[in-house]
Amino acid sequence: MNLEGLEMVAVLVVLALFVKVLEQFGLFEPVSLEDSVEDEFELSTVCHRPEGLEQLQEQTKFTRKELQVLYRGFKNECPSGIVNEENFKQIYSQFFPQGDSSTYATFLFNAFDTDHDGSVSFEDFVAGLSVILRGTIDDRLNWAFNLYDLNKDGCITKEEMLDIMKSIYDMMGKYTYPALREEAPKEHVESFFQKMDRNKDGVVTIEEFIESCQKDENIMRSMQLFDNVI
Amino acid sequence: MAAGVAAWLPFARAAAIGWMPVANCPMPLAPADKSKRQDELIVLNVSGRRFQTWRTTLERYPDTLLGSTEKEFFFNEDTKEYFFDRDPEVFRCVLNFYRTGKLHYPRYECISAYDDELAFYGILPEIIGDCCYEEYKDRKRENAERLMDDNDSENNQESMPSLSFRQTMWRAFENPHTSTLALVFYYVTGFFIAVSVITNVVETVPCGTVPGSKELPCGERYSVAFFCLDTACVMIFTVEYLLRLFAAPSRYRFIRSVMSIIDVVAIMPYYIGLVMTDNEDVSGAFVTLRVFRVFRIFKFSRHSQGLRILGYTLKSCASELGFLLFSLTMAIIIFATVMFYAEKGSSASKFTSIPASFWYTIVTMTTLGYGDMVPKTIAGKIFGSICSLSGVLVIALPVPVIVSNFSRIYHQNQRADKRRAQKKARLARIRVAKTGSSNAYLHSKRNGLLNEALELMGTPEEESMGKTTSLIESQHHHLLHCLEKTTNHEFIDEQMFEQNCMESSMQNYPSTRSPSLSSHPGLTTTCCSRRSKKTTHLPNSNLPATRLRSMQELSTIHIQGSEQPSLTTSRSSLNLKADDGLRPNCKASHITTAIISIPTPPALTPEGESRPPPASPGPNTNIPAIASNVVKVSAL
Repeated sequence: MNLEGLEMVAVLVVLALFVKVLEQFGLFEPVSLEDSVEDEFELSTVCHRPEGLEQLQEQTKFTRKELQVLYRGFKNECPSGIVNEENFKQIYSQFFPQGDSSTYATFLFNAFDTDHDGSVSFEDFVAGLSVILRGTIDDRLNWAFNLYDLNKDGCITKEEMLDIMKSIYDMMGKYTYPALREEAPKEHVESFFQKMDRNKDGVVTIEEFIESCQKDENIMRSMQLFDNVI
Repeated sequence: MAAGVAAWLPFARAAAIGWMPVANCPMPLAPADKSKRQDELIVLNVSGRRFQTWRTTLERYPDTLLGSTEKEFFFNEDTKEYFFDRDPEVFRCVLNFYRTGKLHYPRYECISAYDDELAFYGILPEIIGDCCYEEYKDRKRENAERLMDDNDSENNQESMPSLSFRQTMWRAFENPHTSTLALVFYYVTGFFIAVSVITNVVETVPCGTVPGSKELPCGERYSVAFFCLDTACVMIFTVEYLLRLFAAPSRYRFIRSVMSIIDVVAIMPYYIGLVMTDNEDVSGAFVTLRVFRVFRIFKFSRHSQGLRILGYTLKSCASELGFLLFSLTMAIIIFATVMFYAEKGSSASKFTSIPASFWYTIVTMTTLGYGDMVPKTIAGKIFGSICSLSGVLVIALPVPVIVSNFSRIYHQNQRADKRRAQKKARLARIRVAKTGSSNAYLHSKRNGLLNEALELMGTPEEESMGKTTSLIESQHHHLLHCLEKTTNHEFIDEQMFEQNCMESSMQNYPSTRSPSLSSHPGLTTTCCSRRSKKTTHLPNSNLPATRLRSMQELSTIHIQGSEQPSLTTSRSSLNLKADDGLRPNCKASHITTAIISIPTPPALTPEGESRPPPASPGPNTNIPAIASNVVKVSAL
């Protein structure tokens, strides 16, 4: 009957209110289904300090002043002393407002993060930069190969190259001249493999890569661009 | 690109190594970093507080003062630092902007001071960070409102020349303080509104018995009197409405405005009543129409600022009110339904239907609790109590928003009134400051001329009087003097000018002028006078154009001579001097056949009002001395 049903409902409501009141007084702890938020605080207060200047000077080929300038810029963007992937992507995207640089940034991050701990510290950062900007041509080519080799197995497959190529083309964005076609990255990968893959086995190993690059005038010349970046 | 990441540009360029092996074409040349100077610390001295930063930090934003070569203008060679004579507190925020890429707005800072500083350093306020942007915008809006109110009230006070009759009437209606007639009208209408409303109220009061019938309301007992009163009021209202309609600048908009609708609704019942007097069918409707007479009370809103504010507040809080209404309706329906079904079982329940329960729910939620409908079952009582508790909450929620809106608008109005009251004092202050500076000039001029005169006469005299002014003052005075020379007019003060005007108007000769120290750039009766008889527009002068024309026809001039060796004799000495050199003093002289314009020396030009209308105390004491010994000289 309606009445009884409603009386039941009324009783239920009263019970619910009672429980709420008890909760207020702290006598009745409800089961918390979610973790407390306090755990998150730990991560953000982690602070990483790099090794001393002298050690970095030994490890890298930068001068003291250059290291100072680099560190100041680094610390400005990342006060906690380390860069995680999100941060890295966000910083890199500020240089390419038109396109989407997040994929390439991820690849870069993986290349810089040599110990694969998910964060790039200043040492990693400066080590990578030292190779690119102050290393020999061979070092630089090695570093580039490391960047391309996504799974770090020593050879570049067509799929890996395609991923890299797509990420580079993504950075261009939509508004290009001539307009980007879907097949452009694939074609580019084909031409790359044509050039690099000596034994036509479908993968490019490090020796093939370095050999082919050394033979290419353009690449050699462009590698020298990095001498004057800092 | 955010400046903060400018430091990461080398990294981005290095990361381009990934593109090199893939590229098919040669890369362009990199820009050569010619000035490969080391990053150096530069010192910014702002009012004594030294800030130091790297040069590259400042160069992050090259389109600001500090980031561009503009700062070289502030470089102090001796101390090898950049000196800015500005507020160091705000500079802190500005420099932090360069360092972190985020511009913050300090809450304790005055908004216009902050804006000025930002403008100086070439930083757009739009880049203020999100954390401070809202505060900045609010403060800016508040300030703009304040200044706008100022301007509005100032504009209203200006005496506008030659308004048409219609416009004056409209202004009188809108602003009763403009003239006494408007004020009278304002009070009369207010009085009649009150009379009308009281009449309506008293009409219904039972007023004693007429023998042989039951107790009558006053309206029926003294129906003639009330009718006369009503007629009078309606007459006044009608006249007022028609006058407003006539005077309104945009009649269409006036007709559509709320106040005019209220006016119409207030007087309509009377006319309708006149028209349809004895028709029985519609007399019931006629009685209903009389209810609309109560709308006359809304006419008071023209007379009361507070009522207007209330109305405006309600209008501006329309969304909150709407929310309140909606939520109340929802709650009413829910609770009415629940109460109806809860009380259905009990015998002789007053909750006969859900709409009937609406009344109970409304009375309970607004905590009225009349007690004419009371739940009898337990469930009904439980739900009834929940209903009353929730009613309190639902009503309490939107009310603070409405209250705060009202408070804000009310305070804004108060602020406007306060500012109006203070405006007099403020204008007086400004006036004193202006006259101070102009008096200083006149004073120093006399001193200077006295010195010149004394030098001419060869009397040894202390010249210390002229030396008391500072360098800046003396340069300012020199500037004004140059202006005088350029225009061949001179500055005088207001009282002298008015006196001269009066003198000139009293005399028949349109040309008689007491020479004075006045000058006006616009007046041209000097040697550079025009031959045309066009009406000349004098921005500051109050002389009508006709007199100007007459002034151009000089036939006699007054030369003041005074033997007193007072400060003002400098003028006379100048006159004496000028007498000889009458013509050479002027730049050009035009003599026409019809009009003889005397190439008057600057001292003899007709007066114009000096730039600020001063109330100068100083020279006034000497004016009576000047008025004596007026020598008439008839000139060619």
